Amino acid sequence: MAKTYDGTFLEFNDVKKSYDQRSLVVKGFDISVEQGEFITLLGPSGSGKTTVLMMLAGFESVTSGTISIQGRSINKTAPYKRNIGMVFQNYALFPHMTVAENLGYPLGVRGMGAADRKARIAEYLRLVELDDFGNRYPGQLSGGQRQRVALARAMIFEPTLILMDEPLGALDKKLREQMQYEITRLHEQLGFTVMYVTHDQAEALSMSNRIAVFNDGVVQQCAPPAQLYEKPANAFVAEFIGENNFIDGRVERIEGGHAVVSIRGEGTVTAEAAAGLEAGGRCIVSIRPEKLFIHPSEHAHDHEIEVRFVARIYVGDFIRYYFRLPDGSEIVVKVLNDLSAPEFAEGDTARLHWLTSDCIAFPHGGKMPDVAG
Amino acid sequence: MAEITAAPPRAARRLAPEDARNAAREVRAQRLRAFLFVTPLLAFILFAFVAPIASMLFRSAYNPTVADLVPATLEALEDWDGEARPPDAVLTRFAVDLKRLAEERTSGQLAEEVNRYLPGTSSVVKSTARSLRRADDAALAEGGANLLLEADDAWGEPGIWRALRKSGQVYTASYYLTALDLEMTRDGTIQPRDTQIYLKLYGKTLWMALIITVLTLVLGYPLAFHMAHSSTAHANFLMVFVLLPFWTSLLVRTTSWIALLQTNGVVNSTLITLGLTRDPLELLYTQFATIIAMTHILLPFMVLPLYSVMRGIDPSYMRAAMSLGSRPIPAFLRIYLPMSLPGLSAGALLVFIISVGYYITPALVGGTDGQMISNIIAFHMQQSNNWELAAALGSLLLFLIVALYWLYDRFVGAGNIKFG
Repeated sequence: MAKTYDGTFLEFNDVKKSYDQRSLVVKGFDISVEQGEFITLLGPSGSGKTTVLMMLAGFESVTSGTISIQGRSINKTAPYKRNIGMVFQNYALFPHMTVAENLGYPLGVRGMGAADRKARIAEYLRLVELDDFGNRYPGQLSGGQRQRVALARAMIFEPTLILMDEPLGALDKKLREQMQYEITRLHEQLGFTVMYVTHDQAEALSMSNRIAVFNDGVVQQCAPPAQLYEKPANAFVAEFIGENNFIDGRVERIEGGHAVVSIRGEGTVTAEAAAGLEAGGRCIVSIRPEKLFIHPSEHAHDHEIEVRFVARIYVGDFIRYYFRLPDGSEIVVKVLNDLSAPEFAEGDTARLHWLTSDCIAFPHGGKMPDVAG
Repeated sequence: MAEITAAPPRAARRLAPEDARNAAREVRAQRLRAFLFVTPLLAFILFAFVAPIASMLFRSAYNPTVADLVPATLEALEDWDGEARPPDAVLTRFAVDLKRLAEERTSGQLAEEVNRYLPGTSSVVKSTARSLRRADDAALAEGGANLLLEADDAWGEPGIWRALRKSGQVYTASYYLTALDLEMTRDGTIQPRDTQIYLKLYGKTLWMALIITVLTLVLGYPLAFHMAHSSTAHANFLMVFVLLPFWTSLLVRTTSWIALLQTNGVVNSTLITLGLTRDPLELLYTQFATIIAMTHILLPFMVLPLYSVMRGIDPSYMRAAMSLGSRPIPAFLRIYLPMSLPGLSAGALLVFIISVGYYITPALVGGTDGQMISNIIAFHMQQSNNWELAAALGSLLLFLIVALYWLYDRFVGAGNIKFG
């Protein structure tokens, strides 16, 4: 095992987990997290992300590999000695204790005196903007307020690491966005390290420093949000993060990081070549719906394609157009709902523009996620 | 452009008379339907629960037997001061009454009633009744008092008359006094009776019920905990074993304890074979036998509410407590135990109340040592025919349980009970 370099706070080294002694749920997880980072584990349900979190918290044993904090393995450390704060999906606020008692619990366990405890509780209640709620019971709070208490309780004993297991899953959309902002604010203000589990990509993209995309027990890509979205490492990530169009093709040749791909009934297009792409092999060309433009447009472009109009769906802030390619596959274009959004009649032809740099060719045969557009 | 419609003005939101009538009719129909659903239950409760308990409460203080048998004598005794022998007129009245009873063959009832207040009187009443039956009516009306005294000297004592007058009271607290091992003296003060039976028995009943409750809790809590935290298949498998006793007749289960515990039973022969004891232990017909058999029988009543409450406790609570730095045992005591309290209360209350009133098992395996209050109530119902005393004992048991429930509600809160 490599000696941790300065700055590496938490490290997973080839961590594996099996529940049934036959199959692995987590297949060799590696990650190095720096102090103060906000890391999100993102993936469909059953992809192993929660298991990783539970191993880190100490509620599940590690089958092989090591988890270390500041260079020391915590594989054998009992959960109550790890000093890791945790926010649960159902909040797990103790229903028979008031908010103040809930917050005071970790302090009492650590032997803090009553006066200090009281001051600290008041401080953290203020931090989550629930100053007057100390004497309420969790049952008397709204979902968002409970979430704040759960956050405060996970932070109050000043752990260096806080784990959050889908903490916003039970909230409605408005509250969720508000809490995302709240968590980001607290993270920036207090500077703790966060490991966050979610299956909601919007949440992951808007909050994280880095996102590890999980599928089938394996990390597909671990990168900052923008890189994940703009430069997905493989077709799974391209499909899982955001919306994407996929067109089957065959690689003619690869030159200087660009692939020339022939598409049936369409001729050839040039795309960025993803890792593992081989000349002569089948491939998938991906392009995001918002990177396609309907002619006439003023956006720069170096490709053009003629398509047949199928349907137009009004979403609100934007409009979604469905077109059919000459090879029969469908393609989606997202257009902002402004005056330039064109109208089509069924069967009309249209021309789409795009830039080579927005278009990526992935090797075919990679596992595709089971998520609908 | 779409038209923007404003909310209707306030007046339009009020119900029109026609609408109000329709709404009221709907509510009435709903209420009627709801009532019909619970009617069988209400009827059952009324006839099988409320009525018998009301009649028991009434009977525990109401005893018209003697008043119906010898009304004239009791009327005459009203003016008697209770010190010396009553006047001859009273004795004559009674002699006439007694002859009538003898002819109607109801003198035995009178003998039994009076005997309760003055033991040994039964034979006096019966033999006097026999001798008076042959007496001439006219002679009886003339000198009934003499005939009575001739029949038995006891009629010259004031004590027997006091007993008669006492037993003639239609409404009386004397059964309650007896049930509490008290009696009222001639001058109206209340003092403890010479023989103390019932208070000790109540105490023993409560004590045994407490032991049984604690035992079922000690056995049931870990089991319910294990079941609640194992997979559904495993929990259902164990649940069959918990419910197995429910599917077996109570009598069979109790009888099997007789087979196990008797002198030459399974337990004793095993102990002797193993050389742990030379002489068989006295296990059956003891308090020990009652407690162990009832613990076995009542265990499901503890496990079921505990299990259903524990099943609802999310494992994340314990995890949260540990992630906050608490060791497992303090976390259990501070977090899990209070959260399982509703099931614990329900189970404990259920087992305690059922065991306080338990009858069959102590009757079969308890012997004299393992008898509970229900057995003495049954004795007064069936053997001594003292229904009034049985009713008083039963009513006291009822009051006791209500009082315990009140105490529980006061200190724990009845809202804390959860059966499922």
